[in-house]
Amino acid sequence: MSVNIDSVRKDFPILGRSVNGKKLVYLDNAATSQKPKIVIDSITEYYTKYNSNVHRGVHTLSMEATEAYENARFKVAKLINAPEDCIIWTRNATESLNLVASSWGLNNISAEQNIIITNAEHHSNLVTWQQISKKTGCELRYIDISNGFEMSNLKNILDKNTALVSITHISNVLGYVTPISDIVSLIKKMNLDTKILVDAAQSVPHMPLDVNDLGIDFLAFSAHKMMGPTGIGVLYGKKELLLNMEPYMFGGDMIIEVSYEGAKWNELPYKFEAGTPNIAGGISTGVAVDYLLNIGMENIWKHEVDLTNYALEKFSQFKNFTVLGNNLNHPRGGVISFVHKSIHPHDIGTILDKQGIAIRTGHHCAMPLVRSYGTSAAARVSFYIYNTFNEVDLFFEAIKDVEDYFL
Amino acid sequence: MSMSRLSGVDDLNEMYESIILDHYRNPRNLKKLASPDLEKDVNNPFCGDELSIQLNIENDVVTDLSVSGNGCAISQSSGSLLAESVINLTKIQILELIVNVRKMMRGEDISEEIRDSLGDIEALEGVKKFPVRIKCALLGWTGLEDLIQD
Ligand SMILES: Cc1ncc(COP(=O)(O)O)c(C=O)c1O
Repeated sequence: MSVNIDSVRKDFPILGRSVNGKKLVYLDNAATSQKPKIVIDSITEYYTKYNSNVHRGVHTLSMEATEAYENARFKVAKLINAPEDCIIWTRNATESLNLVASSWGLNNISAEQNIIITNAEHHSNLVTWQQISKKTGCELRYIDISNGFEMSNLKNILDKNTALVSITHISNVLGYVTPISDIVSLIKKMNLDTKILVDAAQSVPHMPLDVNDLGIDFLAFSAHKMMGPTGIGVLYGKKELLLNMEPYMFGGDMIIEVSYEGAKWNELPYKFEAGTPNIAGGISTGVAVDYLLNIGMENIWKHEVDLTNYALEKFSQFKNFTVLGNNLNHPRGGVISFVHKSIHPHDIGTILDKQGIAIRTGHHCAMPLVRSYGTSAAARVSFYIYNTFNEVDLFFEAIKDVEDYFL
Repeated sequence: MSMSRLSGVDDLNEMYESIILDHYRNPRNLKKLASPDLEKDVNNPFCGDELSIQLNIENDVVTDLSVSGNGCAISQSSGSLLAESVINLTKIQILELIVNVRKMMRGEDISEEIRDSLGDIEALEGVKKFPVRIKCALLGWTGLEDLIQD
């Protein structure tokens, strides 16, 4: 089935606006996605029709809110083929990663062990493990994926003492897709106790993903990058792990019984969800999941790969621009970071913004990686299902103007 | 410059004034000093703008100065304008100048007299319409202020 992109675009009110007198061309989807009207409406609907707290009232509003909120959890579970009680709501991917670090990492990793991550991790999956390494004394090892993911690089540093491999599924800078399935097979051959965490912030929104098939232990992502609202994210964890993990936040909802002497934790997933949650956020995330599934994850992925290949081909015609992660044979998602030989990303970003084109500039929360390219900032375009080939063309016309302006 | 699609975007041209682009392409006083009395590297980690400032000072008067670095057109041209403007000024005069540059960038009213005293630096005024870029424009000035106040 092919998707009618024009009709998809009509679902997004913001895509109709203009910026600096030009029609908005939104190419900053890796930072956050735009939201379809039904997602936005579902937030208003919750607050106008059944606003109330969840899991604690016998009144109608509370029951309606609880049902909608839990139904959204069910939808998210289905999206990644996980059991419902293994889906924990958090604030964002960052909090999901921190939850694993604090609840599992601090209590299960010892000084003689090691953690493996890539050199391209987002700060949320880098600083977090750096801290765990400092606190537990374990070693933090890096796989260099600047030229693509090489299984042999993982093989070389993986050993019996590897407690965790925490790896991005799609790099938010390089766009490379890491071969999670093969990585899991290799790890399982080496050490059945090594846990595998996947940072899926850039993959779950764009491609089909099945945690059961992949056989991974933890998966983290944010709703705001998948057409949902900000302030809500997801951690998936394997049940036997979650059951044995201690919560790291305490309060209401996460307990089943409290006395002055102690407390008993609630069942999964509530054990990890202390306090009144982001109810509107959860409900509207469920609506976003429905919306994505209605288009079809396969269709979304295919369209974005097509746009990316088209854009990479065009980039190759600009000799002063370099794409970071220029292994063009590597599987990649809809993220392209680039630098110009002499023009700073800021100046590029400003010129593009004047033409209504939104791109990201800066270190992309991956400072050491961007620095390894001899620069402290890069520009980045990133696509979603509502982007068109025409928008890619407009982007490249604007890129020409940038050179005309500064050179 | 063939600016077909960009023609008519006046505030863009105000920010990237011809003086600014000239300083960006040909920065002044880049050459490192042989034996600087004071030096400081300043940077803005968020966008990666960097400037190294060196100066010689005699009886409270800046006798020589060098500014070099890497970064966007605004940070680098502003650094170059700075390099051109403060030689032979006293510390007090420089601090006063920095106060006025800041006022201009914030869009505060400044007298004709002050405006005249800014000379080419006035070319930076267009940046005030681009709030996220004001930091770039002030990078060198803030660094210089720290350097001579310490
Ligand atoms: C690969 C990757 N991981 C993690 C994150 C963190 O997401 P959030 O800021 O929503 O927690 C991002 C967001 O930019 C990302 O791109």
